[in-house]
Amino acid sequence: MKILVCITHVPDTTSKIAFTDNNTKFDSSGVQYIIGPYDDYALARAVELKEAHGGSVTVLNVGTAESEPTIRKALAIGADEAIRVNAEPTDSFFVASQIAEVAKEGYDLILMGRESIDFNSGVVHALVGEMLGIVSVSPVMRLEVEGNTATMDREIEGGKQTIQIDLPFVAGCQEPIAEWKIPNMRGIMTARTKPLNVVEPVGGEKQVKLVDYELPAAKGAVKIVAQEEVNELVKMLQNEAKVL
Amino acid sequence: METLNKEKKAIKGGEFLISETSPQDVFTPEQWSEEQKMIAQTCTDFVEHEVYPKVEELDAMKDPKLMPNLLDKSGELGLLGTSIPEQYGGFGMDFNTSMLIAEKVGAGYSFAVALSAHTGIGTLPILYYGNEEQKAKYLPKLATGEWKASYCLTEPDSGSDANSGKTKADLTPDGKHYLINGQKMWITNGGFADVFIVFAKIEDDKNLTAFIVEKGFGGVTMNEEEKKMGIKGSSTRQIFFNDCKVPVENMLSERENGFKIALNILNIGRIKLASATLGAAKGVIKNALNYSQERKQFGKSIAEFGAIKHKLGEMMARVYASEAATYRAGQNIDDAYDALVAGGMEEGEAKLKAVEEFAIECAMLKVHGSETLDFVVDEGVQVYGGMGYSADAPMERAYRDSRINRIFEGTNEINRMLTIDMLLKRALKGKLDLMSPAMAVAKELTSIPDFGGDDDERVLAAEHKLIKNLKKAGLMIAGAAVQKLMATLKDEQEILMNLADMLIQVYALESAVLRTERIIESEGVEAAKVHIEMVKVYAHYAVDEATKAGKQAIYAFAEGDEMRMMLMGLKRYTKVQPHNLKVARRTIADYCLDKGDYPFN
Repeated sequence: MKILVCITHVPDTTSKIAFTDNNTKFDSSGVQYIIGPYDDYALARAVELKEAHGGSVTVLNVGTAESEPTIRKALAIGADEAIRVNAEPTDSFFVASQIAEVAKEGYDLILMGRESIDFNSGVVHALVGEMLGIVSVSPVMRLEVEGNTATMDREIEGGKQTIQIDLPFVAGCQEPIAEWKIPNMRGIMTARTKPLNVVEPVGGEKQVKLVDYELPAAKGAVKIVAQEEVNELVKMLQNEAKVL
Repeated sequence: METLNKEKKAIKGGEFLISETSPQDVFTPEQWSEEQKMIAQTCTDFVEHEVYPKVEELDAMKDPKLMPNLLDKSGELGLLGTSIPEQYGGFGMDFNTSMLIAEKVGAGYSFAVALSAHTGIGTLPILYYGNEEQKAKYLPKLATGEWKASYCLTEPDSGSDANSGKTKADLTPDGKHYLINGQKMWITNGGFADVFIVFAKIEDDKNLTAFIVEKGFGGVTMNEEEKKMGIKGSSTRQIFFNDCKVPVENMLSERENGFKIALNILNIGRIKLASATLGAAKGVIKNALNYSQERKQFGKSIAEFGAIKHKLGEMMARVYASEAATYRAGQNIDDAYDALVAGGMEEGEAKLKAVEEFAIECAMLKVHGSETLDFVVDEGVQVYGGMGYSADAPMERAYRDSRINRIFEGTNEINRMLTIDMLLKRALKGKLDLMSPAMAVAKELTSIPDFGGDDDERVLAAEHKLIKNLKKAGLMIAGAAVQKLMATLKDEQEILMNLADMLIQVYALESAVLRTERIIESEGVEAAKVHIEMVKVYAHYAVDEATKAGKQAIYAFAEGDEMRMMLMGLKRYTKVQPHNLKVARRTIADYCLDKGDYPFN
């Protein structure tokens, strides 16, 4: 089984978010980068499937050279080789075009996180499926492959849905699809011997122009209202919070 | 792993006292490679995801399988085999990387103790002193954790005086076995270990002999778990050997070589303990930074108060210095090892020789690391206030768990005395020339003070001058003490400890300065702004400590004109450039509060 796992290179979930250049640029100074947490689960499941069924896992990242430590971590976790498309990954359509270009090679499974955790567009898997003319499913919480057929659980409003699809397809993954993996010493030491190929982007003009970013308003102080002061509470909700 | 700066000047252990080191010749934590950082992250991930959720349960000691199971899990990640060569199922990582691992695991409370006892004192005697058959039999199982190891040296009546143990090993009449009889205590991992490194005496030997004992050999029994102040989750037992039948081929190294093994393994244990204390201290710092921002009093977070910033700033500065010194020495050991191996020495022997060369630094770092951690946990409790005293918050455990570090791997008192003892022995053997610089200082004392020499334009010129002077102060007092007390100096433990205190501060301060200078050189003064403030804060602390120790030593052995002369000298050599430390600590604290973690590597 040939598996392609697309990973993002994103700020650690505990990073302090700030912007520079008139709120048009993310301030990356001192920020720790990680594999997108949802992508991390997709990768872990890919490695499990490879261990169970044989085959290979290729990781793909659309990003600059700064992503390489993150890519090598994916290799340490168990991917066999990596491809980096040398471009800034700012636009979903552009990123999906690059993935589709690589995926044309022919993969049985194309896995990625349900969404990135930086820009959270959550549409890349669908775009890739569309571009390749194959099914895309998200969010997938369980994925088993038997022969040419995959069985998966999908989260739906208030419950879950079990579906079967023939290979190949694209899946946006989320926990608990696999057990989260910490790279082991052997993996880390062999990561440097695995191929990491850099390719230049093809076509796919960026379609979105970024205007600026805005941080959410800081959380205000909490007011505690005594149980018997319900009228006071209603007044505050009407006049101060303006939600009633 | 690639070794940085191949062209570096070879340096000898203890040499820091008499020669100047260039920043380019020291390794700093800013130079960790991508791979080393990934290894560190794996350790941190393991501690945070596997150990922290079970900390309470581990300390409760209700499930005896919990700790060995966690060790198994860490073994699956390869954490137990990092120092073991690849041909025995390990990863053959260099020394400084193994120290980095010790640091990251060091944040794991009792688990850290179990892991380091297994990989350190439990495994290393076989790795460094075992013959081919012993290594092939034991190391692969120890590397995966299939077998757990422990180290049985201490006895009820034999602690710091380790060579005085009463445990016996008697050859059976057929010459095929030794029967081991005796009692060992404070045996870490004792409750679940499969392999014990046991030190015993054969006949009327003066020195100990080491044996590899398997639990399955029979005749091994133990007491209940010890009730301890801290590291409660770590298994600590008394172990009894009653006619434990050990095949002769399980003798480690040669007869009577055990005491040497014990000491050499402890050298490694000491420096690794220094890195483990760094990990624990950084964990406490992270909690203190976060809690002080969450806790509100008088309408604002307590982190906004100078009293708290003072604590945070001081904690950072001391950990920064300890960290600089620890990895500086770790790289010295790696460099010495590389040189010995290049010269044709066998790898195991080279590792031991390299560590032995820096045994003085190992002893000093053990003291500095454990006392820095004790300071950090104490202030950590204080930052938490009432919650610091509550077992529901993490500071209480950190405080209790820290205390053992000043006791095991040789008490800090023993390590202080060893520092000076080893230094003087090297001087006697002509390995280190302490005499000429000490005499030069004595001569300088009777001449007019040198007011020149201020053309040093380095950012940290004042600190360089201070280090030079502190070394002079140490040499002045040590030289005079040796001359005056001669052979009786070894019994003047108080003076030896004073001298060690001076040296430890010199080494830590110099390391912090060199580290900072390297950052200035590579990234510029602006990027090193906070680092420079930490150096200033640490320099004042170091000079105060060194002055106090120096005075006490002088009072203890000098009198009259000699005393006056030396006190004047001490005053001259401990002059420090004034600096607004209040502002410095606030700057450091503000920077770290913004990062929410110890942010210096």
